[in-house]
Amino acid sequence: MTVRVYDIAHARSGDKGNTSNVAVIAYDEAGWRLLREQLTPGRVMQAYAHLAQGPVRRYELPKLRALNFVIENALAGGVTRSLRQDAHGKSLSAVMLTIELEDGR
Amino acid sequence: MRIGTGAGMADDRVYPAVQLLERGELDYLVCECLAERTIARESLDRSRNPERGYTPMLEERLRAFLPLMREHAVRMVTNMGAAHPLSAARVVRRIGRELGLAPVTCAAVVGDDVTELVRRHPELPLMETGEPVESLLPRMASANAYLGADVIRDALATGAEVVITGRVADPSLYLGVLLHRFDWSYDDLPLLAAGIVAGHLLECSTQVTGGYFADPGKKDVPDLADLAYPYADVTRSGALTIGKTPNSGGRLDVMTCTEQLLYEIHDPAEYITPDCVVDITGVELVQEGRERVAVRGARARPRTPTYKAVVGYFDGYIGCGEVGYAGINAVARARLAADVVKERLRIQGFAPSEYLVDLVGMTSLHGDDSRRPEPYEVRLRVAGRCPDRRTADALGDAVRQLNMQGPAGPGAATNLGSREIIAVKSVLLPREWVHPEVVMEEGE
Repeated sequence: MTVRVYDIAHARSGDKGNTSNVAVIAYDEAGWRLLREQLTPGRVMQAYAHLAQGPVRRYELPKLRALNFVIENALAGGVTRSLRQDAHGKSLSAVMLTIELEDGR
Repeated sequence: MRIGTGAGMADDRVYPAVQLLERGELDYLVCECLAERTIARESLDRSRNPERGYTPMLEERLRAFLPLMREHAVRMVTNMGAAHPLSAARVVRRIGRELGLAPVTCAAVVGDDVTELVRRHPELPLMETGEPVESLLPRMASANAYLGADVIRDALATGAEVVITGRVADPSLYLGVLLHRFDWSYDDLPLLAAGIVAGHLLECSTQVTGGYFADPGKKDVPDLADLAYPYADVTRSGALTIGKTPNSGGRLDVMTCTEQLLYEIHDPAEYITPDCVVDITGVELVQEGRERVAVRGARARPRTPTYKAVVGYFDGYIGCGEVGYAGINAVARARLAADVVKERLRIQGFAPSEYLVDLVGMTSLHGDDSRRPEPYEVRLRVAGRCPDRRTADALGDAVRQLNMQGPAGPGAATNLGSREIIAVKSVLLPREWVHPEVVMEEGE
């Protein structure tokens, strides 16, 4: 069965220079196991490939059931000089939530 | 003791801070109002008028806050001094007089302006690229170091009711209050960690009380239109609870706190501030009531030997315009219109160095992903990086002219105007080069 990250987690994106970070937080333990196992940096880079050059780094925060993704070169030059409408990338967490994972439960 | 948030950005709402002052039983109010490039803008303002350079909403906020601060014995710390804390301090005192209050004691924090220092050190490497800062110097608009909590502590020690600063690291504004109030050691790492995490959770105002969170049917937020500002209850031993006043708008729970705890964090074991390097990987959030969350387990390592400084520099202009198309073949008409704009600028001899063509409704927020279906209507947005204001204006005009001189069926062709770009890059400065200082404003 396929689940979207949207179904098992919530997310928030933030900016620093030309880098975006997207935190993904599981609603429960089962969701956390799935995220931890399948939401790899490679999978995330693929989802953001048309927006960011990367690389993508992943940090784990088990006590918060959260993954923090740091996506480099994601903001078209950064908040201050980007030509984009969403220069801060505050809408970018929504891309993460569309990623589909295989739920073997 | 209780610290409330009075603002999380320059143009944040004033009313929730008034509510918090009236009902929050606060000891201190902190207003954080400076984004990365804001100081550069305020520096420009100051260069045109030597009395200006502070956050434009300073007066409006102080008029609303000062009488309530007096009534409830609340002191304030704010970075609304921006590029001119001394002038801002004079404004604060003037407003006090105009409101008929007994004189307001105001301490200004200066020393964050490192423009001359950076000019004398063209060899400093930029954190972004490693190249020397030298190439930016002819275009430099401002350079400001992120000061730490120690100077906030010193400013409060003067007894000032209002402490007004330029660039200080956002969470350090909060930690400084705690250093002062509890006489914490500036080397007690667990306490520094707790104070920084408190500041980090509060510094974006409603982003911890239900702002930047709602998704109808999935993550609902009650009274989203009336979001409250948060406060932190902190004990002398560093126990931290985030809360908001009972029955105020929004929500404050483990979910909102987790999102904000990780906001703009990169490596969670290495959140670098001027005061310490915080590790939030051990943090636990515990719901302690309907609108209260306890925060435990933050750790820290000693501060680095440097201050980070942000260098603002002029980086040309951006011109922008928009026009809508709807119905059959709308996307093709929008794309043709974009080609017309570029070609027309070329014919007129204008040369933007870079274009961004977006179809709002398809590609403008999440990029051009070819798998997306065509919507019924789109709005074309053309933005261009331009060497001068004339080129940027011409770009917007060319979009505006699509009203009559482009593809069929344009809707609301608009020149969105040109703007001068102040971009930012960062350098690290040895601590001993920077001299934060407290100046009492006591004139008249």
